[in-house]
Amino acid sequence: MKNFGKMLRTAFAFCIVMMLVCSFLYPLALTGVSQAAMKDKANGSLIDKNGEPTTDVKEAVGSSLIGQDFSRDCFFRGRVSSVNYNTYTQEQKESGAYGGVSSGSFNYGNSNPDLEARIQEDLDAFLASHPGIKAEDVPADLLTASGSGLDPHISPQAARVQIAAVAEHSGLSEEQVETIVEENTEHRLFGVFGEERVNVLKCNLAVAEAMELL
Amino acid sequence: MVQIVLTLALFVILVIPVGRYMYHIATDQRTFADAVFDPIDKLIYRVCGIKGEDMSWKKYALSLLMANGVMVFVGYMILRLQGLLFLNPNGIGAMEESLSFNTIISFMTNTNLQHYSGESGLSYVSQMCVIIFMMFTSAASGYAACMAFCRGLSGRKLGNFYKDMVRTTTRILIPGAFLVGLLLVSQGTPQTFAANVTVETIEGKYQDIAMGPVAALESIKHLGTNGGGFFGANSATPFENPTVISNITEMISMMLLPGACIVTFGLMLHERRKAKAALAETKKPLIGRQGAVVFGAMAIIFLIGLTVCFCAEKAGNPVISAMGINQDMGSMEGKEVRFGIAQSALFTTVTTSFTTGTVNNMHDTLTPLGGMIPMLHMMLNCVFGGKGVGLMNMVMYVILAVFICGLMVGRTPEYLNKKIEGKEMKLVAIVILIHPLLILGFSALAVSVQEGLAGITNPGFHGLSQVLYEYASSAANNGSGFEGLADNSLFWNMTTGLAMFFGRYIAIVAQLAIAGSMLQKKRVNESIGTLRTDNVTFMIVLVFIVYIFAALTFFPALALGPVAEHLSLWM
Repeated sequence: MKNFGKMLRTAFAFCIVMMLVCSFLYPLALTGVSQAAMKDKANGSLIDKNGEPTTDVKEAVGSSLIGQDFSRDCFFRGRVSSVNYNTYTQEQKESGAYGGVSSGSFNYGNSNPDLEARIQEDLDAFLASHPGIKAEDVPADLLTASGSGLDPHISPQAARVQIAAVAEHSGLSEEQVETIVEENTEHRLFGVFGEERVNVLKCNLAVAEAMELL
Repeated sequence: MVQIVLTLALFVILVIPVGRYMYHIATDQRTFADAVFDPIDKLIYRVCGIKGEDMSWKKYALSLLMANGVMVFVGYMILRLQGLLFLNPNGIGAMEESLSFNTIISFMTNTNLQHYSGESGLSYVSQMCVIIFMMFTSAASGYAACMAFCRGLSGRKLGNFYKDMVRTTTRILIPGAFLVGLLLVSQGTPQTFAANVTVETIEGKYQDIAMGPVAALESIKHLGTNGGGFFGANSATPFENPTVISNITEMISMMLLPGACIVTFGLMLHERRKAKAALAETKKPLIGRQGAVVFGAMAIIFLIGLTVCFCAEKAGNPVISAMGINQDMGSMEGKEVRFGIAQSALFTTVTTSFTTGTVNNMHDTLTPLGGMIPMLHMMLNCVFGGKGVGLMNMVMYVILAVFICGLMVGRTPEYLNKKIEGKEMKLVAIVILIHPLLILGFSALAVSVQEGLAGITNPGFHGLSQVLYEYASSAANNGSGFEGLADNSLFWNMTTGLAMFFGRYIAIVAQLAIAGSMLQKKRVNESIGTLRTDNVTFMIVLVFIVYIFAALTFFPALALGPVAEHLSLWM
C-alpha cells in the first residue's frame, strides 16, 4: 500500500501543476496578448451610434456581432429569437418577464405542431404589415428562429422584402434604403466560404442616422 | 458544395505534418521545439515526482484512473463552492449536487454534455479551473491512452502515463490552443475578465451582452474534441463563432488531432516493419499502409454521412414549404444565416464523427434524416472519433473484421502478426457491446419511467429521437444534445452521468488490456494464408462490418425515431 500512497501523491501534485498551467497561465497569457493587440475585438466588438468601434460601454448601442430586437416600424427586423436577443425594457426587467442573459433556440423538431403554429402566426402578421408581399416572396430565414437567438444577420432576400415598408415608415426613399442595405451586406469570403448576409443593427443605425433620430 | 470540398482538402493537407510531429512526440524523438519544451517538462517532472519509467498496462490504466479521480474530486469541490470563490463578477451561486456530479463526469470524460447554461450557471473561476482545466486534461488522458495502445500494438513498451500527459499538454495542446485562441479573437471572440455589459439600444431599450474569457475556452474546446460551450447555444452564438473563418478554424482544429492520431499509428506500424525487415529505405511514407486503411474506412463512412445530412437539410422542412414560404436556402430553423446549410451540415457531421459535441446549429431542429446522421455517427463512435479514442474503437472493429473473415475462410485470425485469441475477442466484445447496451438500455429506462418522460419536449417520434440522442451522445462521450430535452433533473443528471462514466472508462481499460495482451504474444510470420489488412479489399470489408453491426443493433431504434418522423413528414 506504500506504492499506492506514492501514486496518489503524484496524482495530486500533477493535478495542481496542470491547473496552474492550463487554468491560469494559459488564459492569462491569451488575455494579455489579446487585450494588448486587439482591444475592440477582445471586448465584444461594441459599436457606438455612428457604427464606429468603441470600448466605452456608455457610448455603445450594441455589438456588431450580436443581433437586437427592433419593434419600431421604421426599422428592419431580424430573425425570430427565443431569447428576444436579451433585449428588454425597464418594466420587463422589474416584472420578471426578462429572466437574465441567455442564448438558444426553441428546439422544436420539424414535425412539432408548435413550430407550424409559430411560423404561421408570424407569417400572417408579416404579410399584414407588409402589403404587396406574398408568402412565396418571404425567405425562410426571416420566420425561422436562429440557433443562438442572437443572430445579427438576415439574408439579402429577407432585407429586400422589408425595403418598401421601412421606406414608408421612415420617410426615406426606397433608393436610400436600398443603398443602406447594399452598404451593410457582407459577402462570401473569397466568393466561396459562408453566405451572403445583411447586418440588421448596422442597417438600422444607418436608417436612424438618415432620419436624424440620433 | 465547393466550400465543403475545400475545407476537407485543407484538413487532409494539414493532418499529415501534424501527424508526423505527434509521431515524434509519441516515440520520444527529437523535434524542432525541444529547446523550449525540454526544460519546462523537466521542471514539471521534478515538482510532481514523475520518474518516467515504463509502465505495465495495469499500472498505466491505474495511473490514468487515479489522476482522473483526483481531478474529479478537486473539480467537484470548486463547482460546489464557486459562489464563495474569487473571479465571480456576475455573482453566481453554488451548483446543485446532481448537476455538479453530471458536469464533473461530463468534463472529465471528454464528453462535455451540459445540463447547465454557461451564462448563468458558472463563475469565471469555474470556467477556468474546472471547464478549461478538464478540457486539457481529459483530451490529454484520451490521447495518452491511445498512444500507449498504439505502442503496444506496434510492439513497443507502453510508456509512462504522466510523461505522455505532460508532453501532450505542453507540446501540442497549449501551443495549439494559444494560436487558435488568437485567431478566434481576431475574428471577434471576446477574451476578457470583465463582467457582462448592458447597453442602451437606439430604441431606448436595454440589451445584456454576455462576456468572459471565451476565446481561451473556445480554442481548447475544439482542439481537445471537448465541445462544451462558454454560452448555452455553444458555437452557434456569434461570440463563440463570429465568422466563417472562425467556423472553419473550429472545424479544422477539432478534426486535426484525431486525424493525426491515425497518421501517428500508421507511422509507428511502418517503423516496426522496417526495423524487422532491415530495409535500407530512408524515405518515410506519408501515413503507412495500415494507417491508410483505417483512415480510408473512416473517410468513406464520414463522406456518406455528410452527403445524407447535407441533402436532407437542403431539402428543407415540408411543413414550412406547405405554408408557401420560400425555402430555397434549406431548413433554417435553428441555424445561423452566416453559416447557411453547407457550413452547418459540415459542422454537424464533423462534431459528431470526431465526437466533439460542439454545435453551430441546434441539432434538435435538424430535419429528421439530417438529425439521424449525427446520432448514427455517435452510435458508431469510430468515424475518426474523439481524441485517440476513435482510433482505438476502430481498431476494435478491425479485430472484429479480422476475426469474422478468419472464421469465413477457416484460418486463425491474425492482426499485425499477432494471433487474435479468445481473450482478445472477449475484450473486444465488451468494448463493442457496452456502447449499445448503455444507449439502448438507458433509453428504454427513460421512456418507461415518469421522470424520464418528463424531459421530452417534442411530441411524437421526435420525442424518442431526443432520448436516443442524449444517451448516444453520453455513451460516445460526444456531448452535443437535442437541446430541447429538459435534462437538468435528478433522473437525467444521474443516468447520463453513469452512461458517460462507463462509456469512457470500461472501454479505455479493456483497450489497454488488449494492447498489453497483444504485446506479450509471439510474432507469427506472414504466410500465403494470412489475411492482409493493408489493402483496399480489407478497407471495404471494414466499412461493411461497421455498418452491419450498427444496423443489427441500432436500426430498430432509429426506425422508431428519425425514420418514422421522416416518413410522417414526407409521405
